[in-house]
Order: sequence, then structure tokens, then C-alpha cells
Amino acid sequence: MALSTDDVRHVARLARLALSDEEVEALRSQLSDILAYAEQVGEAAGGDVPPTSHAYPLANVFRADEPHESLSPEEAISTAPEAEDGRFRVPKIVGGEA
Amino acid sequence: MSELVTRTAAELRDLLAAGEVSAREVAQAHLDRIRATDGRVKAFLKVLDEQALAHAGDVDRRRAAGEPLGPLAGVPLALKDILATKGIETTCASRILETYRPPYDATVVKRLRQADVVVLGKTNMDEFAMGSSTENSAFSKTYNPWDLARVPGGSSGGSSAAVAAFDAPLGIGTDTGGSIRQPAAFCGIVGVKPTYGLVSRFGLIAFASSLDQVGPFARSVTDAALLLDAIAGHDPADSTSIPEAKPDFLAGIDKGVQGLRVGVVREFMAEGMEPGVRARVDEAVARLEKLGATVVDVSLPHASYGVAAYYLIAPSEASSNLSRYDGVRYGLRVPGETAEEMMANTRAAGFGPEVKRRIMIGTYALSAGYYDAYYAQAQRVRTLIIRDFAEAYAQCDVLVGPTTPSTAFTVGEKVDDPLAMYLNDVYTIPSNLAGAPALSLPIGLDEHHLPVGLQVMAPVLGEPAMFRVARALEADLAFDPTPRGANALETPGGAAA
Repeated sequence: MALSTDDVRHVARLARLALSDEEVEALRSQLSDILAYAEQVGEAAGGDVPPTSHAYPLANVFRADEPHESLSPEEAISTAPEAEDGRFRVPKIVGGEA
Repeated sequence: MSELVTRTAAELRDLLAAGEVSAREVAQAHLDRIRATDGRVKAFLKVLDEQALAHAGDVDRRRAAGEPLGPLAGVPLALKDILATKGIETTCASRILETYRPPYDATVVKRLRQADVVVLGKTNMDEFAMGSSTENSAFSKTYNPWDLARVPGGSSGGSSAAVAAFDAPLGIGTDTGGSIRQPAAFCGIVGVKPTYGLVSRFGLIAFASSLDQVGPFARSVTDAALLLDAIAGHDPADSTSIPEAKPDFLAGIDKGVQGLRVGVVREFMAEGMEPGVRARVDEAVARLEKLGATVVDVSLPHASYGVAAYYLIAPSEASSNLSRYDGVRYGLRVPGETAEEMMANTRAAGFGPEVKRRIMIGTYALSAGYYDAYYAQAQRVRTLIIRDFAEAYAQCDVLVGPTTPSTAFTVGEKVDDPLAMYLNDVYTIPSNLAGAPALSLPIGLDEHHLPVGLQVMAPVLGEPAMFRVARALEADLAFDPTPRGANALETPGGAAA
């Protein structure tokens, strides 16, 4: 699988990574090599083999719906790079490029 | 240098219980050892002198007062910096979490405290546990005590180097594709990747959630089992935690291998292994047979696809897990005009090259049009590997083979070739994909005086048989874990041997 620099820039945008031109070029070549190697999974298993997402599957794991101790709002926000009035503060989202 | 640092955890526990030594003396001896050697090994990102001595002093006080104590009261430990410690920096060796101080403790950290284990410090690792050499740490390289020009393995290289350097008798690592077993093999110690779900992942900074598992490092098999017993068991805070009672790891550990069937994985012995590794593994298998085990030849025909499947599944899960580092709730923030720009700038500055590479692989593999060819196919291969193991275990109780194709490589040797680095995990990855336990046991040295690890694998929750086989071989081989050789760290209490 040979990737183009446009492919790399598209994936970087999806992943919210600002990459330099040097990084884009390095990743283009490395990702092409890694994906070419990984493509062998295609020949290993036919479509009749069911996929496994978890080796030890547990379904419908619920806890009792009872109040219990948890972080206070102050603790939860204590690690924020920027906070205001007990909330996380971020640059504008609405009005920017969607 | 105090000889206390040469003791195993079980020995220290007994000395402490008998009142022959205090927990403060034990902690101080290990902190002194760290001070004397860590400038060269660089196993620790942060040494917790004050907290360790205070906790040890508290253990001594409670012992004197006749109050109840945990099963490993006063035994020191090195903790991988991937587990959340309340109020103490938890960096994952990443710039993006450089100043992060979690407001809570990981369940494993709580259990260590309940066991009264004394945490000496937080250890270095590959950033977000992505790597096989600890060279991907944003802060420092770590050096192998057996040869200071070589890597300790990774990603849990700090904890394994600390235990090998006699900084601590016990260490905690995490293993997603081999990150406990490979550094254990490279550093000549015991490392265990437990059954998936046996140890809580709550407070473990996520890399690949369907594969990540916390486990012990030690210089003896029994110590590793003792530490696993202290941290294992159901945790309601982790929805993937196994609800059944944990197995008894210690009851049968000294029973020997008589009557056990040991499978040798044909594909692991076929090619790609260094001659020095092959020679030790062959000898170990012969010893097991001599000790009374029945040795059978078994096949894992799809194991060779494990690396390819792993390097799709793990980066895919990582790309999702690491989306939380967006500069909003914790960690680094680099400003930008819009929220999206701020996020992209933050992640560009905060993540190192390997983390970016894996996020990119994962994002690509999960993106529209490629999901079926990559991620879904990799999950089918996972099914085939699980079936391979099931068939193998119809013929035997445990499987053995090399832990790694080579002994420790030199610093810088593979850092520019990601694929070559990934292939280091060829023998360890299948157990992660199958959710099954596996252990690396030091079985001797190659021609460069570097340790060789034997991997002992078992079916899900088969830890008792795994420990039993490893313990029998350990007793027979009597491997000396003291680093030696021309470029080794000096032995505790004297010059390099």
C-alpha cells in the first residue's frame, strides 16, 4: 500500500495532528512499509472466520445504581490547562471552520 | 552497599516479620542503591524518597503496635509511570502528561498499598508504552544493567532495569504486546503477563484496551507469584475485569513438572532466532524433560500473522484511546485560534514520533474504506490464533519457546527502523491476542554475557501450571540474576564481577 502525501495529510487531519512537511514525508514512507507488511492479514483469514474483539468476552457488565464516592467538581477540574467558573475553558468552537 | 538489596521479596518479608530488620532500613538500603547507580541506569523518572520512607516508617510503627499488616509489608517496589498515583506526577513518559498529577489512584496502586508494599518511585518507559527499547521515552533513555551500552527492552524497561539493578526486588510493568516479558528477558529477570482481565486496568493509562495488562517483575518466580497475588482479583471499576475468584498461584508452585505435558512451539523454533538464544532454549527444554515433564511438539500455524494483526489492532485502539489528549481536561495545551487548531497543535507538540506513527496507522486502518481490509481482518486473525492455542492445549498443559528472537540490542540500533523494532514482539504477541498468560524466565547467558529468556505460556487462567513449570526450571538451573560482564553495572556490595 503506497500512500501519497495527501493521504497522510488527510489522516493527520482526522487524528488532529499538526504535522510538518518533514513529518508528512517520513510518515508517508513508514506507513506505506508498515501497512504493506500488515496487509498479510488479508490472506490469513477468510470471510467465514468470525472476528474477535475481546479474548475474554464479558457482556452487559452493570454496577448497582447506588450513590457512591467520586471526584468532586473541584478535583475533576484541578488538572485542566484552563478553567473558569468550575468549567473547562476552550477556544471558540462555534463559528470556526466546522 | 547493604546486602539487603540482594534479597528476594519473600526473604525481606520474612526478615521484616521476624523483626530482624525494619522497613525503613530496607527502604533506605534500596534508595541508597538507586542513588549510587541510577545516574547510569536511569530506570526512574521520579524517586519518591520521602513518601517511601514515610510509608516504611508507618509499617514499622504498625508492626510494633501489633496492628494488621499487608502480605508484603515493607517490601520495596518500582512502579511503571503508566499507573495513576494520586497527587504524584504520572507522565507515561510523554510531554503531553509531563505535569499531570492524577486526582485518584489506580486500583493496582491501591492494592499495592493494601499489601503494604513500599513504592520507591515511578519508572521510565516508552512513551504511552509504545516501543520495545524504552528509547521512545520523551525524557530519558534507560540502560541495561548487564551492558550499559544496550537497551533494557521495553516498553516497561525502567521497571525491569530497576529490578535487575537491585534497586528493588519487585517491579510493576504493563504488557500489550510483550512489554513485560521482553524487558524481563533482556534484563535477566522474571516477568509475567497475566490472563487478560485478571488485574484491574482502572487507572492504567490506556494504550490498547483489549490487550493491555498489568503484571509483575521479580528476580524469582515465587516473588512474581506473590506480587501477582497482591494485585489480581475482580474490580467493579473495570468492566473487563474477570468476575471469578483468582487462581491460587502459590499452592502448587513447588510441585515440580512430573506428569505435566510441555509443548514446544514448532514455529517459534524454526528460524529468526539468534544461535545463542536457540542453544539456551534447547537446553531448557532438555532440562524440563529430565525433570519429568513430557515434551511434545506442537504447532501454532497462524502465529506468524500475529505481528501483522497486532500492528493493526493495537494502533487502532490507541488512536481512539489517545483522542482524549486534546488539551482540554488535563495535560499540555498549546494555543490555537480555534478549538481544533489548539488540539492539533497540542498533540503535535505533546506526542513523540512513535506515538504519532501509531495514531496515524490506527486512524488510517479505521478510516472509511479501509476498516474491513485492515481492522476486521486483523480481528479474524485473532480468532485463528485463539483456535491455534486451543488445539495446542488439547495436547499439553503449557507451551514453551524463546521470549525474544535476540538478546538485548544496542542503544540506537533499531530506532530508525520501526518495522524491525516491531518484529521483536513476534513470540510475545500471540498470548496478548489470545488474552492468555505468559511468563519470561531467565535461563542463561549468550556468548556476549547477555541474558536469554524462556517464555512459558498457559491457557486463560492457567497461571498455576505456568508458575509451576517456571519454578521447577528455575530451581534446576539456579540462574544468578547478578549482572556481570565487561560493561555491566557493579554488583551490589562490590566491584563488577
